[in-house]
Amino acid sequence: MLESASTIAPSVDRIFWVLVGLSVVIMTVVGTLVLSFAIKYRAGTKAYRGPLPDWMSREVEIGWTVATLFVALFVFWWAVSAQLPHFLLPKRALEIHIVAKQWMWKAQHPEGVREIDALHIPQGVPVRLEMTSQDVIHSFGVPAFRIKQDVLPGRYTATWFEATKAGDYHLFCTEYCGTDHARMTGTITVMPPESYATWLAAQPHGEDLAGEGAQLFTKFGCSGCHGAGARVPAPPLAGLYDRPVTLADGSTVTADEDYLRTSILRPEAQVVAGYPSVMPSYQGVASEEQVVAMVAYIKALEQGRSEAR
Amino acid sequence: MKRDDGATMRSDDTGLLAREPGERTYLTEGTTLRSWLLSTDHKRIAILYAVSITMFFFIGGAAATVIRLELFTPKGDLVTADTYNRLFTLHGVIMVWFFLVPSIPATLGNFLLPLMIGAKDVAFPRLNLMSWYLYVIAGCFTLAALLLGGVDTGWTFYTPFSTLYSNSYVLLAAFGIFVVGFSSIATGINFIATVHLLRTKGMTWMRLPLFCWSMYATSLVMVLATPVLAMAMVLICAERLLGLPIFDPRAGGDPLLFQHLFWFYSHPAVYIMILPAMGVVSEIIACEARRRVFGYQFMVYAMLVIAVIGFLVWGHHMFVSGQSPFASMIFSFLSFVIAVPSAIKVFNWTGTLYRGTIRFSAPMLYALGFVGLFTLGGLTGLFLASIPVDVHLSDTYFVVAHFHYIMVGGSVSAFFGGLHFWWPKITGRLYSETFARSAALWLFFGFNFTFFPQFILGYLGMPRRYHEYPPEFQVWNVMSSTGAVVLAVGYLMPLFYLGYSLFYGERAPDNPHQATGLEWTTTSPPPKHNFLVFPVVRTEAYAYHDWDEAPGKADETMQDERA
Repeated sequence: MLESASTIAPSVDRIFWVLVGLSVVIMTVVGTLVLSFAIKYRAGTKAYRGPLPDWMSREVEIGWTVATLFVALFVFWWAVSAQLPHFLLPKRALEIHIVAKQWMWKAQHPEGVREIDALHIPQGVPVRLEMTSQDVIHSFGVPAFRIKQDVLPGRYTATWFEATKAGDYHLFCTEYCGTDHARMTGTITVMPPESYATWLAAQPHGEDLAGEGAQLFTKFGCSGCHGAGARVPAPPLAGLYDRPVTLADGSTVTADEDYLRTSILRPEAQVVAGYPSVMPSYQGVASEEQVVAMVAYIKALEQGRSEAR
Repeated sequence: MKRDDGATMRSDDTGLLAREPGERTYLTEGTTLRSWLLSTDHKRIAILYAVSITMFFFIGGAAATVIRLELFTPKGDLVTADTYNRLFTLHGVIMVWFFLVPSIPATLGNFLLPLMIGAKDVAFPRLNLMSWYLYVIAGCFTLAALLLGGVDTGWTFYTPFSTLYSNSYVLLAAFGIFVVGFSSIATGINFIATVHLLRTKGMTWMRLPLFCWSMYATSLVMVLATPVLAMAMVLICAERLLGLPIFDPRAGGDPLLFQHLFWFYSHPAVYIMILPAMGVVSEIIACEARRRVFGYQFMVYAMLVIAVIGFLVWGHHMFVSGQSPFASMIFSFLSFVIAVPSAIKVFNWTGTLYRGTIRFSAPMLYALGFVGLFTLGGLTGLFLASIPVDVHLSDTYFVVAHFHYIMVGGSVSAFFGGLHFWWPKITGRLYSETFARSAALWLFFGFNFTFFPQFILGYLGMPRRYHEYPPEFQVWNVMSSTGAVVLAVGYLMPLFYLGYSLFYGERAPDNPHQATGLEWTTTSPPPKHNFLVFPVVRTEAYAYHDWDEAPGKADETMQDERA
């Protein structure tokens, strides 16, 4: 039997099994009718075969059409209302960055711990996955959690879950991605929070993600324009994350991860109003993982911190 | 020369083209290869199509057999990962575009539509022949891609894999699909014009047999949806060949755009495959139950509604793709709505059996099998329309099982049913009922044996397009693969007994099933121009009994007259 190891799994299963029940009922009704008619009205029997009464061909038809419609609408309403909480990503969650490539999964914990084709997470804590792909479309699927989210090149997609049961679970790539698609699998290890802390502490740490981003910010020369005391007019980055930004064409966007990512890789796409479009592209210069780190750094910049104006 | 009903009048000459002295049918009008390849007779074009799609069916089926054999064990030990990926791509591309889409419309539809509405031919006979040539040219490109080394993108050609990363013959295959699209557009235009312009005297819209309505609805979808597929394939070629950044995110392209374009065609394409099947089944059930179709008008409107709403549900393929939640909800809603007309049809087929006089001929067994498999396929569609359940089941074997129930359990069963039902009309020969019934039952069991375990595999989380899998999935895979062997044997059976009937089968009477419908009023096989005297229609379709009379009465009277 399939493990049910996340907070959303029971509600998915409930809908699944009710639909199984509904299917069994309908298959039984249709099957019984077809079989009993087939037996009763087979050629040669003496069953009564008079013309159909009028009500049968109108009211019955309208009746079952309306009944089907109501059942369909009910299931729709139920399924969507069960999904709504999952559409909204939790704000306070352990944020794990996933970079997918042919044919491996790379995970980065906020503390800077990296894993390949494996992910350790604490039980009972909401985990938010911010994912992107270095090449083709992949999909992050964990059957035991009943979650799945395509991972696209060129943008961030996100999903979340809260594991309820310690154990090892399959991670599958569930969007066909080429030769070794079937080997792009991994293991999700759910641990009690204490064991997770112990595990995390035992891992080789680099800088944390934002700290790594800060180093890259200098290395790639970003601080030359966006840093404190720079002379080139560049938009300030402090406190930028999650704020509205007015663009040169007059439109407004929210400075989310996707916006920051696009602005690093294709700066000419969304130019901030009042600034010249002079920033070079970091496409092919910064890897997806480096972009992830820089975005984490920018997110961590508080209003008024000294690194940025 | 009008012949008498009944096989007793015939000589028992054997051989495919054996005929009575002086008898002239479409089969005897020229027997050279040239007379077939340049024929504009819709019946001959139907045969050309039938031969070609049968060939593709067995190529696609062979690929499926290797796939199932590979999945017998968890390790990838039979073929390499690259070969496996090429095999399922080949299976998908060939089965969808070179078998299922043309299957019923281009063979049974081509043969029967003009006969059913009392016309001499389709509206544009030369366009009809051209559509077959387009099909053949497209088939050559696809086979070339296959022989040169194959394509490894899956039949879905998702970008940017197909445009930037795949090292296989994507361009050739995409061009083949581009061309085969025009063959279905040509067929669609032809059928629409034929139904509008060539109905015989008295054949009003509401007297059209449901098969004609299904061809009409299918043609509308073909004509409106296929250009989008053509466009998507052109864009793939543009990016892959010319480097135009359309889907490449590094240059600001959008890989999801391709999925929208692709499913805007490919979801309606599912209805291109299933609507004709619904038409065939309606004809068979009414005839073999000797009963008027229950709720004829509802059946017509249900098909038209399916054809229209079918255009608006494509986003349910993209619930986990990263499309907006709001879009997902709308697509989920519409996907539930489209279940209603499909349910109407299932209930009405069941209702047609009520108070009927049912015969269990081979076509009827296929048709009843269709009803069961289509119902289960449709119900599992509700699972996939529910967003949270779809998130779990998306891209697993549950989806594979679901669409095989619709396309193989549904469309292919109906195609086989129709092939048997009209076989006497098409070839002038009777096949062996015993063999045909056994094959129908065999295929039904083989099908369920193969595909039912895949629902369980999918629920357990096994992803599709996996060359290797964790060992806990093996038991269900072994079941499915064993079933596939049974199924493969089942598909070979008709080849033998139908083939045998061509040469040694008993001569068919003009109307062996005592069916209504104009195609049964002409000779079997029909003469070159279909009717010697053009028919006039005076009743509704399916006049198996008077409205105030029990079914079966008419048969008894007929028998009395004969005796």
